[in-house]
Amino acid sequence: MRFSYFVLRRWLYSILVLFGLSILIFIIARMLPGDPARLALGPFALQEQVEHLRHVMGMDKPLPLQYWTYITGIFHGDFGLSFQTRRNVALDIAHYLPATVELVLVAIVWVLVLGVPLGVLAARYKDSWVDNLVRVMAFIGVAVPPFVVGLFLQLTFSYLLGILPTTGRLSLMTPAPPLRTGLLLLDSLIEGDFSALGDALKHIILPSFAIAMTGIGQIARLTRASMSDVANQDYIEASRGFGIPNRVIAFKYMLKPASIAPLTILGLTFASELSNAFLVETVFAWPGLAKYGIRAILRKDFNAVMGVVLIIGLAFVIVNLIVDILAGYVDPRVRIKHEEGE
Amino acid sequence: MSTRASHHQVTTGLNETRWMIIKDRLGRGWYKFRRNPISLVGGVMVLLCVLLAIFAPYVTPYPKHAGAFTDFQNAFQAPSKSHWLGTDALGCDVFTRIIFGSRISLMLTAVVLGISVPVGVFLGLISGYMGGKTETVIMRVTDVFLSLPALVMALAICAAFTPSIDKAMLAVASIWWTWHCRLVNGITRSIKTEEFVQASKVLGASPLRIIFKDILPNCASPVIVKITLDAGFVILVGAGLSFLGLGAQPPAEDLGTMISFGAKYLPERWWMTVFPSLAIFFIILGFNLLGDGLRDVLAVEEGV
Amino acid sequence: MEEKAILDIRDLHVWFRVYEGVSRVLDGVSLYVRGGEHVGLVGETGCGKTVAMKTAMGILRSPPALFPQGQVLLAGRDVLKAAPIELLRMKGKTISMIFQDPLSALNPVFTVGQQIFDVIRFGHRWIRDDGALTKTKVRGIAMEALTSVQLPDPRRILSLYPLELSGGMRQRVLIAMALVNRPRFLIADEPGSALDVTIQAQILSLLKSLVKEAGIAVLLITHDLGVVRETVERVYIMYAGRVVEEGQTVEIFDDPKHPYTQGLLSSVPRLTGEALAEGIPGTLSDYTEAPSGCRFHPRCPQAMEKCAQQKPPMVKVSTKQHVACYLYHGGGG
Repeated sequence: MRFSYFVLRRWLYSILVLFGLSILIFIIARMLPGDPARLALGPFALQEQVEHLRHVMGMDKPLPLQYWTYITGIFHGDFGLSFQTRRNVALDIAHYLPATVELVLVAIVWVLVLGVPLGVLAARYKDSWVDNLVRVMAFIGVAVPPFVVGLFLQLTFSYLLGILPTTGRLSLMTPAPPLRTGLLLLDSLIEGDFSALGDALKHIILPSFAIAMTGIGQIARLTRASMSDVANQDYIEASRGFGIPNRVIAFKYMLKPASIAPLTILGLTFASELSNAFLVETVFAWPGLAKYGIRAILRKDFNAVMGVVLIIGLAFVIVNLIVDILAGYVDPRVRIKHEEGE
Repeated sequence: MSTRASHHQVTTGLNETRWMIIKDRLGRGWYKFRRNPISLVGGVMVLLCVLLAIFAPYVTPYPKHAGAFTDFQNAFQAPSKSHWLGTDALGCDVFTRIIFGSRISLMLTAVVLGISVPVGVFLGLISGYMGGKTETVIMRVTDVFLSLPALVMALAICAAFTPSIDKAMLAVASIWWTWHCRLVNGITRSIKTEEFVQASKVLGASPLRIIFKDILPNCASPVIVKITLDAGFVILVGAGLSFLGLGAQPPAEDLGTMISFGAKYLPERWWMTVFPSLAIFFIILGFNLLGDGLRDVLAVEEGV
Repeated sequence: MEEKAILDIRDLHVWFRVYEGVSRVLDGVSLYVRGGEHVGLVGETGCGKTVAMKTAMGILRSPPALFPQGQVLLAGRDVLKAAPIELLRMKGKTISMIFQDPLSALNPVFTVGQQIFDVIRFGHRWIRDDGALTKTKVRGIAMEALTSVQLPDPRRILSLYPLELSGGMRQRVLIAMALVNRPRFLIADEPGSALDVTIQAQILSLLKSLVKEAGIAVLLITHDLGVVRETVERVYIMYAGRVVEEGQTVEIFDDPKHPYTQGLLSSVPRLTGEALAEGIPGTLSDYTEAPSGCRFHPRCPQAMEKCAQQKPPMVKVSTKQHVACYLYHGGGG
């Protein structure tokens, strides 16, 4: 079996799982007590109004038909109407998604530029201060809720030191760059607006770091374990025996095999960052998808909840697909295993 | 009759040796555990939390301050001799509420794991042993549940309910079984082909007997380690739900809720946020240290 | 004899700091290999053969290894004291090594080509400074090396990953890598022992013809006495971190002196290592609490009181045979 065929099959399966997810959420949302139309309109709305809304939303039809209408709508980009914003959920998602994407991307950058080198250094200098730092960060990453990390960062850098802003994506005084991608950093860069870029950067540092904390600890710990594991392999000893210089061994012959394990958990890191975003966006009043999703959940805005859940599921699938391809690229064993028909 | 007798002899023989192996493993494990200071520290931390939570009404200075209580006269007091960790917006003693709050956290994790672990282990055993369609269906369902990050999935399920601590527990429990199901499914699949299981089969042991006597004991160590590591994670997810207003509702003294309310008064009334945060950190760290130590002691592979 | 020795190990002690204390893995090993000579080093698994050879290659990591005493002279230079760069220069050109397990000695995530090219490139800087080493030239040298170990279709093999090769092919690739920089001395650590018997035989005869052709000195580490008898001129017998007997292959096989050697030989003819210990009751001792005196005395059928007290020194028993055993100390004294 070709590797690309294997990736394609995984991808198709993930899409099927997403359908399963949509059914699951749909059932939970519609089968449980509480009338969404009533909730949307409030306790003082007339019964007729509620009935009318139910009719408009198609909720007076049988459940399978409702699902069918919903799921076919999605393929036309119609995620249904949001009760809160009275807009199509697709529009809302398009509006809120970029802020979250930007936050998570910057968080991934944090993980890569801090987690990996820290792990390499910790493996190189065992029991040194770097090693201890990695250990502490790993424990903080798993034991401190990300919203607490966020609050502490706010407390330190905004309230006590006063060097970074508390909330939002931009200061009120900074005019936003024209909307292109919705990613402020990118948009201001395209525009060449460096004051906006600087301001956006200042705003994103704390929340993205709070989100990345879990991942930094995980990746650093795994990189450390994996580097020391590779260092003990026969093939590294053999390379030294053949007279390959240490520098080449460390950065070529060790780093590549050692990067496989951290790479395979990048999908999980991404998942933890998405989860963390739901908590951290609230702390920093970050106008992203997670914050939109939380509001939708609190107000029982089911179409919005469905939309957010499916988008996050899709993002998860895409990231795992990328990780699969990267793993196949770095580790020939994965590729060959599938090409030989396993 | 003679085959029956020999079957009996063989299986008792097997059981005895297995017992010896388990006893030996436990002995070595305890020895390693005592020599592993980190897991010991973790164990002590967990034990301390549990004891404080159980005896909360007796060890706290103001047991009345847990739950609905207001004393506006004493609101927003900084830490002092009478209120070690200060008081909150309603004048409740923060220390007292933290101790009672750890009760809720521990209860949450106990209930969630108490429901989800047996379910997950059972489904994992069944699916791994039976294979075929049963396995396909069960594992596909777990895939659906795992297609979202745990917290997001819990949030989505919470969306259907009026927020409360019970519903939060239900939501988390309804996801958590999947992890144990996958873990046990993997172990069962690899074990069922091993010789001692095949031997039991040949000797005519019933599937239930094989599942519970031969396979289940081999899942014990990884599941125990996972439970310990999970305990902290469940508390983390629970705290997240409360922080977002989807878990315990005021006036319940939940740590996540306390932090979320206290955050409004940062930085001046820092004690309302800082101390509950430290309490969460302490509990979760305890479980993680214990779990990490147990993993070494029981020689369970990393990645569980 | 020593001035012509390419490898000269003198009274080498190697210790490891372990959890239980200090593990004295090598306890005064002395041996030498002359230029062009083929020497065998025989002993049970775990007797310290591989540690001795890794020390000679300068690839034993320290810590955990400690070198409290002794010298390892490689072409006259002390490996234990040499600067890293000096050691690096010797690898490939002066000394090379064939690793025990071909399955784990090749890096799984690089192609054969990527690995052998680097060996040539970094070896070349010190050995054949005859102008620029172009990519095509490196490729040519690599293909030549793969052809010399009788690998079919070397061009294709260069583009494959180790996983795509059979065990025998990987062993051949490793031999090609070891010899590509034309070393004067080769350490072969149980070559082919991880493969099945017929392939091992092929590998050994290939290796024999290659080293004979190029006049390379060889130290063959093995637990297989059959292999030793067919390939080497001189033999060292090792037991628990010490050399217990040394001599011409013929002499040792005809007239073994040390009780351990006698035991070893009585358990031949066997082809695999596991059977070796069967001929001698007991097991190899634990290095943290090694027996006092002669380390073999707890298992020795002819042990005397003295054996438990003092380490027996090497004595000459004939012109070319030495043994470390009190049985041969003049008059049994």
